[in-house]
Amino acid sequence: MSSVLNYIRQLGHWVLGRVERTGRASVFITEVLAGTFTALARFNLVRHQIFSVGVLTLLIITVSGLFVGMVLGLQGYYTLSDFGAESSLGLLVALSLTRELGPVVAALLFAGRAGSALTAEIGLMKATEQLAGMEMMAVNPLTRVIAPRFLAGLISMPLLAAIFTAMGVWGGQIVGVGLIGVDDGIFWSRMQSGVDFYDDVLNGVIKSVVFGFVVTWIAVFEGYDCVPTSEGVSRATTRTVVNASLAVLGLDFVLTSLMFGEI
Amino acid sequence: MGSNKAMELAVGVFVLAGIIALVFLAMKVGNLSTASVNEAYHVQARFDNIGQLKTRAPVTIGGVRVGRVSDIKIDENFYALVTMKIDSSYHKIPSDSGATILTAGLLGEQYISLEPGGADESLKEGDELLVTQSALVLEKLISQFLYSKAEETPASK
Repeated sequence: MSSVLNYIRQLGHWVLGRVERTGRASVFITEVLAGTFTALARFNLVRHQIFSVGVLTLLIITVSGLFVGMVLGLQGYYTLSDFGAESSLGLLVALSLTRELGPVVAALLFAGRAGSALTAEIGLMKATEQLAGMEMMAVNPLTRVIAPRFLAGLISMPLLAAIFTAMGVWGGQIVGVGLIGVDDGIFWSRMQSGVDFYDDVLNGVIKSVVFGFVVTWIAVFEGYDCVPTSEGVSRATTRTVVNASLAVLGLDFVLTSLMFGEI
Repeated sequence: MGSNKAMELAVGVFVLAGIIALVFLAMKVGNLSTASVNEAYHVQARFDNIGQLKTRAPVTIGGVRVGRVSDIKIDENFYALVTMKIDSSYHKIPSDSGATILTAGLLGEQYISLEPGGADESLKEGDELLVTQSALVLEKLISQFLYSKAEETPASK
């Protein structure tokens, strides 16, 4: 009897822990957002973070974008040629990249490359009591450490997604036009007639902004909230990658059904 | 100081690359460069049946795109009322032109083709095209064909 009660108590403990953590994350993000104005005034800090969050992620984004586009071109051609619709290859590559693959895959790579680094860095700062030291000197670590990193993630993510998509389209063109021999003019003209700037390109950018917000939020919160031991930091880093990837994929479904649901 | 400058340069290149990628997506991949930023006027036409015509479908004269379908409604007599947005650089289309809904290829998208008439007056904002021809609906064609076949068979016996 008491063991059943114990299980129920554990369930309650787990739920309360989750709710408390969600609440902490919400309070945390409001404080960080309030601190971003101060961070904008000291833009040099943000610039440093854009370098480590954005520029250092550039290589993996560029290379993956190119290869994703090339694979899309190849696979799309094999499928489309069954229906005699090779002329739509450019449209297929461009639509799938601008609407879905660009923002989503870029956000997944961003979570793996930049998000994990953010969590580990902030977690280590906490473990070595640098954050506590700042508070002792009346420097708010949320404004000095977290807000510039958050802002950098928010700025970098849409740019990275745009670069990923552009590289993908180029990769599709290399394979479709260069290797397979789809006509260059038809490739681009079908693309331009089918891709709408507002419906497709802009919605993709909105998606990448949302993903940038969520991934960076999860990354800095996990770092700030981690258990300040080496094991705690490693767990927080893992949690960042897992939770951020799940959040991106789940949110993508919600955003897609909101943006492209009707019609 | 030197490495700081290099870092700033790298950030600048990164932001610039992102913006260039966005412009590339807007201009070369999307239709922002071909979307009419210049003036346009609206013309209406009533059809019995518009088939699969959708908003944003092209409006052409002799295959050249002159505008887009901007709105599709149904009027009080249950005719389909299609509003077309025509680029004002094509402002000399005769007012007695006809509109036909055609299909690009056998199963492709449907679009509106305008056949220029002979009137001296040209179309203005809010005008209505009176000569229209509805879309061909494949199912109707097939059933008509089958019915006519069925009528033929007993006579040949």
